[in-house]
Amino acid sequence: MPDYSWPAAEQRTLIGKRVSRVDAPLKVSGRAKYSYDYTRPGMLFGKILRSPYAKARIVSIDTSAAEKMPGVKAVEIIQKPGTTVQWAGDEIVGVAAVDEPTAEDAIRVIKVQYQQLPHLVSDAEPPAGVGGVPGPMSEDDIWDATDLMSPPQVASQVSQLGVTFKASPDVIDEFKKFGLPAEIVEAIQKAAYHPLAESSHSASWYQKASALHQGDPDKAFAGAEAVSEGLYGAPVITHCCLETHGSTAEWPDKDHLLVHLSTQNVSGIPGQMAEPLGLPAANIRQQQDHIGGGFGSKFAADRWDITAARLSKKAGGKPVRMMLERDSELQVAGARPSAYARVKVAAKTDGTLTAWHSESWGTGGPGGGGMPPIPYLFNIPNQHKEHTAIRNNIGPARAWRAPNHPQAAAITMCALDDLAAKLNLDPLELFRKNLGITGPRAENYREEFAIAADLMGWKDKWRGRGQDRSGSVARGLGLSIHTWGGRGHSSDCDLTLHPDGSVDIKLGSQDLGTGTRTCILMVAAETLGLPIEAISLYIGDTMYPPSGGSGGSTTIGGVSSSTRRAAVDAREGLFTKVAPALNAQPADLECVNGTVRVKSDPSRSLSWKQACSKLGAVPLTARGKNPDKSKPPDLTNSGVGGVQMAEVEVDTDTGVAKVKKIVAVQDCGLIIDLKTAESQCYGALIMGITYALYEEKIMDQLTGRMLNPNMQFYRLAGISDIPELVVHMMTGKGYDERGVIGLGEPPVISPGAAISNAVANAIGVRVPFLPLTPDRVLKALADHNLD
Amino acid sequence: MPENDPKQPHDEGSGVSRREFLKISSISVAAVPIMGTHVVEAAGEPVKVYGPGKVPVELTINGKKHALQLEPRVTLLDALRDHLEITGAKRVCDRGECGACTVLMDGKAVYACAVLAIETQGRPITTVESLMQGELLHPVQQAFVDNDASQCGFCTPGFVVAAKAFLDKHPQPTAEDIRRGLSGNFCRCGTYHGIQQAIAQMAQKGV
Repeated sequence: MPDYSWPAAEQRTLIGKRVSRVDAPLKVSGRAKYSYDYTRPGMLFGKILRSPYAKARIVSIDTSAAEKMPGVKAVEIIQKPGTTVQWAGDEIVGVAAVDEPTAEDAIRVIKVQYQQLPHLVSDAEPPAGVGGVPGPMSEDDIWDATDLMSPPQVASQVSQLGVTFKASPDVIDEFKKFGLPAEIVEAIQKAAYHPLAESSHSASWYQKASALHQGDPDKAFAGAEAVSEGLYGAPVITHCCLETHGSTAEWPDKDHLLVHLSTQNVSGIPGQMAEPLGLPAANIRQQQDHIGGGFGSKFAADRWDITAARLSKKAGGKPVRMMLERDSELQVAGARPSAYARVKVAAKTDGTLTAWHSESWGTGGPGGGGMPPIPYLFNIPNQHKEHTAIRNNIGPARAWRAPNHPQAAAITMCALDDLAAKLNLDPLELFRKNLGITGPRAENYREEFAIAADLMGWKDKWRGRGQDRSGSVARGLGLSIHTWGGRGHSSDCDLTLHPDGSVDIKLGSQDLGTGTRTCILMVAAETLGLPIEAISLYIGDTMYPPSGGSGGSTTIGGVSSSTRRAAVDAREGLFTKVAPALNAQPADLECVNGTVRVKSDPSRSLSWKQACSKLGAVPLTARGKNPDKSKPPDLTNSGVGGVQMAEVEVDTDTGVAKVKKIVAVQDCGLIIDLKTAESQCYGALIMGITYALYEEKIMDQLTGRMLNPNMQFYRLAGISDIPELVVHMMTGKGYDERGVIGLGEPPVISPGAAISNAVANAIGVRVPFLPLTPDRVLKALADHNLD
Repeated sequence: MPENDPKQPHDEGSGVSRREFLKISSISVAAVPIMGTHVVEAAGEPVKVYGPGKVPVELTINGKKHALQLEPRVTLLDALRDHLEITGAKRVCDRGECGACTVLMDGKAVYACAVLAIETQGRPITTVESLMQGELLHPVQQAFVDNDASQCGFCTPGFVVAAKAFLDKHPQPTAEDIRRGLSGNFCRCGTYHGIQQAIAQMAQKGV
């Protein structure tokens, strides 16, 4: 069997080197085409009418004026009257028109009547005693229940639980008017009246997750030498992809759909569109050359994409482009769940962690969401944890780069930093002391800490809390550590050698800007002894072999493994054809520098082109797969560690915190392209500065709408916010032989915690929640002075 | 938020901005909607009103003249992207906040989403597409490639054009000049580190 393993360090010609991304020339010249750039002759423009209310029942929809408007080609009701809208910006009606202004005009003349319902968009700490047993039902609860249960079931629940409102004739008339089934109305009239509106809302909005218990926390806290208590957390933030979500859909004939959908999941799109459209997945083709950002929010064919396909069908198959507006992108196309916690952590005076207690809460929108993985990384022997999920009307959550880890790190690493301060310990010492309970990467962290401390100058710079000041400027240092899995996903790769010497590779994968194209080409070029330019790569199309969605840092391990196996098999096939011409056995041959030659006698060689001419008339295609147990070894792996240190300056008069320097030390197994790997880290640090200092999805409690759905007030870091960034990748022995592991998520986990810890170190007091805005910094200082 | 952003079109004295246009159009709303132009009185002054239907608009893009029929409310960005298929400038915020649609007007950087197409008549527009010389990248573009100053690449064309305009004006920028001069463009992937390096490389070369 051929040897599929990664080449040894001394043999590598490309892997591990710094190679410029192959699609950069297209991107810098404006020639790279994104889904948003895809235009077709006769293309129609789609627009969506969205709910202005965070919670409302749709009473009626009148689209007649829009349908009559010249230039409007199709109108599609997305949610019918009787449906309850659960967030502002939810989709109601879609329109396709000859141009965008006409589509906008058409949206404005659609008349929708809503029955507004009480909403919750806050994720503030739940009132005491909420969650658990369902209380009596509000009007709102009853309408919700009709969406989930049959009328007899709802009626029975109303009878059992009672109602929170008086069933006056007016109220009953209202229910009848909006079409509540008679048997439920009857049950309401007979139901017991419990005037406890609060408890009813509690039942529907707050959900107590089961408490988790480990060891004997009560005993550990009772006998603790030191206990630190604090409040920590991170708010809901959005993905804010620069290319908004959306697609262009067209029907080449009545049985086939072609979509250009901006997605992290090219191969998965047909399967998602098939059922709602009643079309075999095999009849749906998805194409995408480039994607303008996803960060976890672009795995699905969304409701607006299905709507675009339906509008196109109604318009006789004409292409319909449906790309979200910026405000919709921020309102409905992706949010990271919030997580907050009151934490108590106990230790011995030498810093050894003994017990953890947390009461956490947060929201992921209507679904609520689960407990973040706290305590993060440190498996403290005695633990008690409780979590309350808030199911509110802010819109649904989506995976956000390293789902739940940044929030868990912000809670845990800040709690440990406060503990170190209480014990008068350097947090670097406290973290090092407890590495034994971080699991299999403990030694890895130890090594990374030494490098990071050196690069930051930690030993020289670190002072106790609030002890490095000049005038109103306070300086501080903070740190955090993180982990991630990153094993390669399933991936199929076809690599074809043509008799004329040309080579092509096809995979249904996608390049999110992480360098996927570059890495695939590097692996193939390395294996075949060719320059990168000699190989053509085709990705982003369901006509190619399927590859997994790009989430969870799984792409690099998947595509590099499938490409390596395909390239090795193709190379072996070529050797078999070429061996007679070189009077050698196939096993004696190698591909080096654009030649196929005899290992023991390099003078016996053929140029690549001559060698491929021996294939005869038919090209040779090899299919490589990941995983593939029949072709060992495993080329990918799981589990990485990283350490980050931040240095900040805070002006205690204005509350403005500025990051001066971040050091990131990171491992990810065998690195394919060192240049794009480093860029992942630089980018993650910058994204980390953004969520640490600026980002927050701010909801208006009164109207239930997002207050900052634009790029002026939904603040991203700009170039002037970027400090000195130092990235050190762990390579060589102990790392390379682990195989290829993903890198997209891990370096974005720690910046929030490290920056928060640096601010606490600078000003001497904890700012509980991210982002560390001036008002929060000033409040924390004021609260502290009042103490 | 960029302070004193040089790309806000009002600073250029470029005539009617999109916002001002909206004011005018609300004044003229009572006028009879006929094709072409007519005059209404606003604040005691005669104001020439275009539209609201499609009117002939001639744009000069990358040295080539294009005759289009556009509603006056169409932005330069939408005219480029949806009517001329010149898609290098990206639509991201569509309200002059992010810089992804940066193009040159009279050689100066402007946000194409914040300028109406009709107002750019007679003013040469340069887009990212025209920076290459044949198959050769412009030195700014090459510096972006060398320093890995793009990831997803959606902000990149805007940054490249902004960087070119900036370097034309400040051929030897300091690090602080770069931070100020390019603060009108946003990136979500976090490519600022590479962009800083790319521009510093250009400054060293003395381009």
